[in-house]
Amino acid sequence: MSDPKIPVTEDELHAYVDNELPAERRGDVEAWLATHPDDAERVRSWRTMADALHARYDAIADEPIPRRLEIERLVRQPRKWIYGVIAAALVGFIAGGGVGWLAHGVAASPSTFQNFTLDALDAHRLYVVEVRHPVEVPGSERAHLQQWLTKRCGWDVRAPELDATGLKLVGGRLLPGPTGPASFLMYESASGERFTIYTARAAAGTTQMRYARQDKDGALFWAERGVAYVVSGSSDRERLTQVARLVYDQTEKSGG
Amino acid sequence: MTAFRESIEAMIPALRRYARALARDADVADDLVQDTLVRALRSERLFLGGDVRSWLYTILTNLNKNRRRSLARRPQFMPLLDNNPDASGTEAEGRDIARALATLVEEQRAVLLLVMLEGLSYREVADIQGVPIGTVMSRLARARAHVKASLEGERPALRRVK
Repeated sequence: MSDPKIPVTEDELHAYVDNELPAERRGDVEAWLATHPDDAERVRSWRTMADALHARYDAIADEPIPRRLEIERLVRQPRKWIYGVIAAALVGFIAGGGVGWLAHGVAASPSTFQNFTLDALDAHRLYVVEVRHPVEVPGSERAHLQQWLTKRCGWDVRAPELDATGLKLVGGRLLPGPTGPASFLMYESASGERFTIYTARAAAGTTQMRYARQDKDGALFWAERGVAYVVSGSSDRERLTQVARLVYDQTEKSGG
Repeated sequence: MTAFRESIEAMIPALRRYARALARDADVADDLVQDTLVRALRSERLFLGGDVRSWLYTILTNLNKNRRRSLARRPQFMPLLDNNPDASGTEAEGRDIARALATLVEEQRAVLLLVMLEGLSYREVADIQGVPIGTVMSRLARARAHVKASLEGERPALRRVK
């Protein structure tokens, strides 16, 4: 048994209420509460709060499940790609703005850098929130997707394998880019975290990797033999770099 | 129906409860649940075992975060009156707790609900939010303090009105 003279911390009070406290410390906390009325009052108020939450929201769990949430119905739901096509057409008209650039003073063609990254981030934000129609061609048709995008874009579009970072290909779509068509690939982890890879023709031949962030989204940009790549996703720079590096390594091997 | 689908179906009532408390609006909440289910069902082959319950809460929490992010640039429309009085408990108390929740920042509200309403462990919530347990505990402490203050501040005012 631990020393009852060790003062009880606020964390322990929470853990006590939430049944997260080691059993041998419970007695100490109870003894503490008997002599500390302020803490005892707080613990009581948290329990009252929990009761209020259950009183307010438990009834929702007891309601019959609405028809639109029935599993059988959701499994059979047909996909309507038309909304995706309309959305894709709109991307070209969305003006970017207010990007908080971390890469100030970029020497070579900052406008190219900004244009591509803004377009890519706009496309990223537009489609990562899409649940039913995030892509035009699903990842299950990887070969067809690559062939189609390569044909339409004019450079070799490969969907890299990102399994090492826990990401699977959701699919891809064709977008209007700053100087012609652009390819857009989406990846997703089992927990729903999404990353996108945007490629378009770039005037700049080859550049270094650069980082930009806007609100909670981060993007890494580079160009390689006339093709610009933007990997967008979490603003966690380490995670983003890990994904981008994997993309970079594979485009290099495939010969751009 | 596969065991996987059955385990998802069994979670629908709890997901609806969590979504309603998280998003307030009943339609938005069911949209969130529907999107969560669609995504989960689509990822059937991606799911490598583990806790379906935690996984579904993770998807829903992320979807709500994305939804709020896409709303952030537009003007916010809030209902002037809460037209969804609680089905049980006293009406005023139900509105109080809903109003207190609405004043919390997103991450704190999610922690509070996952722990207090859905009964998840600190460890599970840490995995859902992708943060250390210490962060979960500090969010929980702040959320509880905030809701407590909000409830204590509002109740007398409501009583006077009645």
